[in-house]
Amino acid sequence: MVRETTFGSRAFDLLLVVVLALIALACILPIWYTLAVSLSQKSAAAAGLVHLWPVGFNFNSYKEIMGDHKFFHAFGISVERVLLGASLSFAVTVLMAYPLSRNPRDFRMRNAIMWTLVFCMIFNGGLIPWYETVKTLGLINNIWGLVLGNSVPFFNVILVVNYFRNLPKELEEAALVDGAGPWYILFRLFVPLSVPVLATVTLFMIVYHWNEFFNGLVLTSTVDHYPLQTYIQQLVVVIDTQNMTEDQLKKLTELSNQTLNAAKIFIAMIPVLVVYPFLQRFFIHGITLGSVKE
Amino acid sequence: MNNRRFAKHYCVMLLPGLIWLFFFSVVPMFGLVIAFQDFNPGAGVLHSDWVGLDNFEYMFALGDSRTIFFNTIFIAVLKIVANLIVPLVFALMLNEVRLKVFKRWVQTIVYLPHFMSWVILSGILLDIFAYTGPVNQILSVFGVKPVLFFARADLFPAIVVGSDVWKEFGFNTIIYLAALTGINPSLYEAAAVDGATRLKRLWHVTLPGIGSTVVLLAALSLGNVLNANFDQIFNLYNPLVYSTGDIIDTWVYRTGLLDLQYGLATAVGLLKSVISFILIALSYLLASKFANYRIF
Repeated sequence: MVRETTFGSRAFDLLLVVVLALIALACILPIWYTLAVSLSQKSAAAAGLVHLWPVGFNFNSYKEIMGDHKFFHAFGISVERVLLGASLSFAVTVLMAYPLSRNPRDFRMRNAIMWTLVFCMIFNGGLIPWYETVKTLGLINNIWGLVLGNSVPFFNVILVVNYFRNLPKELEEAALVDGAGPWYILFRLFVPLSVPVLATVTLFMIVYHWNEFFNGLVLTSTVDHYPLQTYIQQLVVVIDTQNMTEDQLKKLTELSNQTLNAAKIFIAMIPVLVVYPFLQRFFIHGITLGSVKE
Repeated sequence: MNNRRFAKHYCVMLLPGLIWLFFFSVVPMFGLVIAFQDFNPGAGVLHSDWVGLDNFEYMFALGDSRTIFFNTIFIAVLKIVANLIVPLVFALMLNEVRLKVFKRWVQTIVYLPHFMSWVILSGILLDIFAYTGPVNQILSVFGVKPVLFFARADLFPAIVVGSDVWKEFGFNTIIYLAALTGINPSLYEAAAVDGATRLKRLWHVTLPGIGSTVVLLAALSLGNVLNANFDQIFNLYNPLVYSTGDIIDTWVYRTGLLDLQYGLATAVGLLKSVISFILIALSYLLASKFANYRIF
């Protein structure tokens, strides 16, 4: 890379670092602010005195949540959903991606199935027919409705298919010569060689199932079946304001329990904050390689 | 090498996924006939009365339809444009940074909001933009009277687009940064030897180097013209901002699942699905033509 040492160039570098640091700050400040509110005194938060540091530092909100059975029940449902949903999606993604990465000469149906998959990805029946289908299948108020609800993870399958197609052909040919079958090649060769993309799709699946609230809202009818995001959406975020006036809206925001809500929101962020750093070093690599085609 | 003998195994591998696909993608497509019925959930799809195109006629007569289609396209197009430009500028800035460690830190932080749900971020946004929240406090320093942001229909699209860019710009830089690393460093060296300044190198080497990526992303984003993001708007809006913030998806949800007008909601959903499908197919076509892109 070319380096320049003129004064103007150096000044530009400095300015750049400052601007980028400010932008990065703008990305985490809202999260930081929520943490600060959750650790503040209720009165201070309601009066708008909390800025970047908790005012009247205490753990009362978190203690209150500790006694909230419904919150932890919803948390448990979300954990169950993530474990079931991510492992099932992972298994299906790997199993579908391998045959679909084959040459159509070896697997004639490959292109037809691939186009079916793409068609289903870009055309859907819409909300009502989908809801009626899930209802007919008896998956309302059922964890499997949440796990299976959004059909095959198309995007992840295509990402892995493209990654598999870019693996060196020679390795596979060598394995075939040694008498390996398709299952052996997939699990002993392709899967270990595809750690970056598999880590990426795993991150996507975990985050998807943890964050998804709409299926939780539509496919469950009582609080007992809500996953955490739906619970928060219904009890914290939603302003059920049919026919509400501006003044009422204003009063509502003043009355709401800011510190407790902030604590709930922060707890709901923790799993993503924990998983993210471990998997993030993979995903840049995984996404870009998975999307490159020969 | 002829490996056709493995086809049976391949079918077994595909089976679980295809069953899943059948029940949750294919079956709902047949459910689209609800759009042509006076659907009665008790009788089901098979025994409900057929009404032909009544639902569609009603839809076109309804004033709401025009509003929701306009709002959807307006918000979605603003988002598409902003989400093409902001990440590009940010990626170019990041590309100029020489401190590797700093660059990595910035990247790690700006990708983070992408992984947060709109439920969470809306909870935070509603708090930050609240009547007594930090934004109004900052505004009051400049002598601006407090604004009740989420009651202002005129501000709602700006808030939605702004917060979407805030959430996604970092993640969207990934693809630009990948393209930037693909530019041959010797081009920069040659330009420097010829006396090109940093700005000129940016203009004559960097931008042409990622031009095709920009074209590709622009073509692909065409498919999102009717996708204004349900999750975000559903969590941020309220009846006071319906006039500018109500989009197709939120309207279909309320009309279909809350007001139980199944046929009408399905008809609107079908129209959206069909237009979206055409747009996405067109975007793939354009992308393959102008940027040599293939989905698989």
